[in-house]
Amino acid sequence: MANTLTSRGKIADHPRPEVNYLNASKGIWSWMTTVDHKRIGVMYLVGVLTAFLMGGIFALFVRLSLLNPKHMLFGKVLMSAETYNRVFTLHGVIMVFLFIIPSIPAALGNFVLPLMLGAKDVAFPRLNLASFYLWVIGAVMAICGMIFGAIDTGWTFYTPYSTTTSGTVTLMVMAVFILGFSSIFTGINFVATVHKLRAPGMGWFDMPLFVWGIYSTAIIQVLATPVLGITLCLLALERVFSIGIFDPKLGGDPVLFQHFFWFYSHPAVYIMILPGMAIISELIPTFSRKTMFGYRAVAYSSVSLALLSFIVWGHHMFVAGQSQLATVIFSALTFLVAIPSGVKMFNWLGTMYKGNISLETPMLYAISFLLLFGIGGLTGIFLGTLSTDVHLTDTYFVVAHFHYVMMGGTVIAFIGGLHYWWPKMTGRMYTEKWAALGCVLVFIGFNMTFLTQFFLGSKGMPRRYYNYLDQYQPLHAFSTYGSWVIGLGMMITAINLLASLRKPYDAPDNPWGGTTLEWKTSSPPIEHNFEDQPVLERAPYDYRPEPVAH
Amino acid sequence: MSTSTVDFHDQHGHGGDSHHQHHFATMEQQFDTSKIGMWLFLVTEVLLFGGLFVGFGMMQARYPQEFLEAHEHLQRPLGALNTVVLLISSFTMVMGVLSAQRNDKKKLVMYLILTIICACIFLCVKYFEYSHKFEEHLLPPRWYQAQPGDTVRDAAGNVSHGYGTFFAFYFMMTGLHGFHILVGIFLLAWIAIRAHRGEFSSKYYTPVDLVGLYWHLVDLIWIYLFPLFYLIK
Amino acid sequence: MSTHEHTHEHGGSGVYVKTLLALLILTILTVAASYIDFGSGNVVIALLIASIKASLVALFFMHLRYEKAVNAVIACSGFLFLGIFLMFCFIDFDTRDDAKALDPQPVMYGPAKPAGAAAASAPAAEAK
Repeated sequence: MANTLTSRGKIADHPRPEVNYLNASKGIWSWMTTVDHKRIGVMYLVGVLTAFLMGGIFALFVRLSLLNPKHMLFGKVLMSAETYNRVFTLHGVIMVFLFIIPSIPAALGNFVLPLMLGAKDVAFPRLNLASFYLWVIGAVMAICGMIFGAIDTGWTFYTPYSTTTSGTVTLMVMAVFILGFSSIFTGINFVATVHKLRAPGMGWFDMPLFVWGIYSTAIIQVLATPVLGITLCLLALERVFSIGIFDPKLGGDPVLFQHFFWFYSHPAVYIMILPGMAIISELIPTFSRKTMFGYRAVAYSSVSLALLSFIVWGHHMFVAGQSQLATVIFSALTFLVAIPSGVKMFNWLGTMYKGNISLETPMLYAISFLLLFGIGGLTGIFLGTLSTDVHLTDTYFVVAHFHYVMMGGTVIAFIGGLHYWWPKMTGRMYTEKWAALGCVLVFIGFNMTFLTQFFLGSKGMPRRYYNYLDQYQPLHAFSTYGSWVIGLGMMITAINLLASLRKPYDAPDNPWGGTTLEWKTSSPPIEHNFEDQPVLERAPYDYRPEPVAH
Repeated sequence: MSTSTVDFHDQHGHGGDSHHQHHFATMEQQFDTSKIGMWLFLVTEVLLFGGLFVGFGMMQARYPQEFLEAHEHLQRPLGALNTVVLLISSFTMVMGVLSAQRNDKKKLVMYLILTIICACIFLCVKYFEYSHKFEEHLLPPRWYQAQPGDTVRDAAGNVSHGYGTFFAFYFMMTGLHGFHILVGIFLLAWIAIRAHRGEFSSKYYTPVDLVGLYWHLVDLIWIYLFPLFYLIK
Repeated sequence: MSTHEHTHEHGGSGVYVKTLLALLILTILTVAASYIDFGSGNVVIALLIASIKASLVALFFMHLRYEKAVNAVIACSGFLFLGIFLMFCFIDFDTRDDAKALDPQPVMYGPAKPAGAAAASAPAAEAK
């Protein structure tokens, strides 16, 4: 059973241990009190996937409702305008705060990062568990707030609307505050882990690029999230005590709220995309069997993206009434972001060039990422340019742009990473054929849904509107059909992955021929990750055959 | 637990020290890691307060005259007294850490108790300041009552919103700071009890050190709060 | 001083006493300076003294002077990014000419007025 011939023709080198992290202790209590980073990662995974399912269902409802301008379905109105506002807010808040931000770092990162470093756990295991519980509390509060009290502010909580609308904005804001602390704890943990728990022999530039990406993400989580916390506190206090900082009616400055909000939320966009890029930096060399082209450049580009993310937030506010000077400065700085993003893009392509590419499912996702993120990134330049942005602000063009980056980028990378590490996490292989089909369907459906929205936006369809002119209907309808294709692809993917859990352990230790340390332990790993402290002897992405040991 | 993991554990055999967590190779590595974690946490605290500082700065730029007049209502001597008290508490705290490093249990407990006393004095003074504000209705906008000296008024005699905003920031920032003092008192008490039980030595005093860092940060934030609220011309 | 190993001991009580004295003297200085009118210089002086005091606390009480450099880098990054935040907000705030035009009178707070003069301040400016 142990010496399985892998798809790469590589033999698993030791028998599968009887006891692994999944069966080392039993019962729900042993999971709830665990401090094992792998179990916490799995719990996070279950949590964020549940959130993803909910957010996805709301998205399908939004699209369904937009099928025609009167929101008619079978002769009935599907949603009133108020319901529509609530449902798109539900979609936005769940996807951003409950799914994308924790998805890769907290779920996959938690599982993989210590393994990649050759460590037994993250630096602060109990803090890690606390972070998970904070996420759960925040999630429950957020969902209660939205379902029982109805939030219709969108995920950005812009004042003065958010200080004047009825509903449970205060509860919601407190929920996001708690979610923020969950994110901070994860960030602190990862920075400390990367600094202090690398395997002997692993210098900074011997770390896998996934670790560099997660490390950069963690820096943002630590530096930016507290500002979100205080922003939301101020918003809550504005509602309760009318302190007059954000509400113009009370002499406050609503643009200041946007400064506060985007000082966090622009870096937060990089909390979302950097881990996605980090996964792609693992997938591409592994499935091209070629050393990462320009390893250092990619590593530096992750850190520089993290730092740049802090000085461009004003590009969300070009038409919000900030000063012209600030607008020009922010626009100019925004273009800097293209440099590290371009470095990554070209280095991934450089890695694939003349590589021995094999199109297994994770690689299919990686290629989807390159195409979709390419479109998402390039349309970002239109939006960073002042003159075009003024025209395109708050249209479907923006919606399409950030879905190309967030979903075409992060979510695609997340699912690719899930397929990549699934054998390691669960010890089971999924059915390759169905996984590939799911990937292709999601890719096609995604482009149907969102490419259309670029056209809608440039024709002037404003985002968030309930009604629209009849002339937009064909494009809206096409976009809705696309969302069904995505839904189908996701369903196939989910069923395929879940079905694999019914099988006995059949995954080899290293199904893809990866070179990073997580493939050196068994699938699934033992409780303390490695039998012996691994010592790094070869740089990552060195795919030359290993010297035969005697 | 599988035998293999036990092997892994014992390779670095520090089983003797009960404070040594299994995923660290050495106690020193564990100590350094805790330090990094604590500093990262302190950075988040700086940025949390930082948001309020930025908000204060913006509102001061918007209502300079109101802020100037409103700050005259704060009692400068009490603010200065609290500054001195906190500085002394920082000193006793660092002496406590030094005593821990020197294995001097009695002095450690003594210094921790002195720090707690300073913290309590600080909160008492704050209590008197707050109750004075409440009596005079120097409160956030919704409850602010016009004072005779307030000059920024409209034709009908209503005072500017800026006065209340100053006190909103005063209560938010000193309140958040006071909350940190309160948390600090509990942490110090917890450390003092553990120290009394003899849990710390020159080999293991990480909690003392980390609570110390926290306490100094609370002091450091007050160092900025004091001139900003009490002394700005 | 005791002889056993204390690899982490820094400073010593002498340094701490001196630091405390310096901090107290600076506190007296800053309070004294606040009674003298330097115009806009008062803010600069107050914040300068506060920063010196903060640095003293960080360097000696918080041991940053003796610590591994990484902790100092982390500590500085907090203030650096706070500085970035403050700087850009002020760039916007200082150069936002139209903001003042939109808000010609300070917003008043008092008993409710029939026409809601406060709420109308922005539209009123646009109307002219």
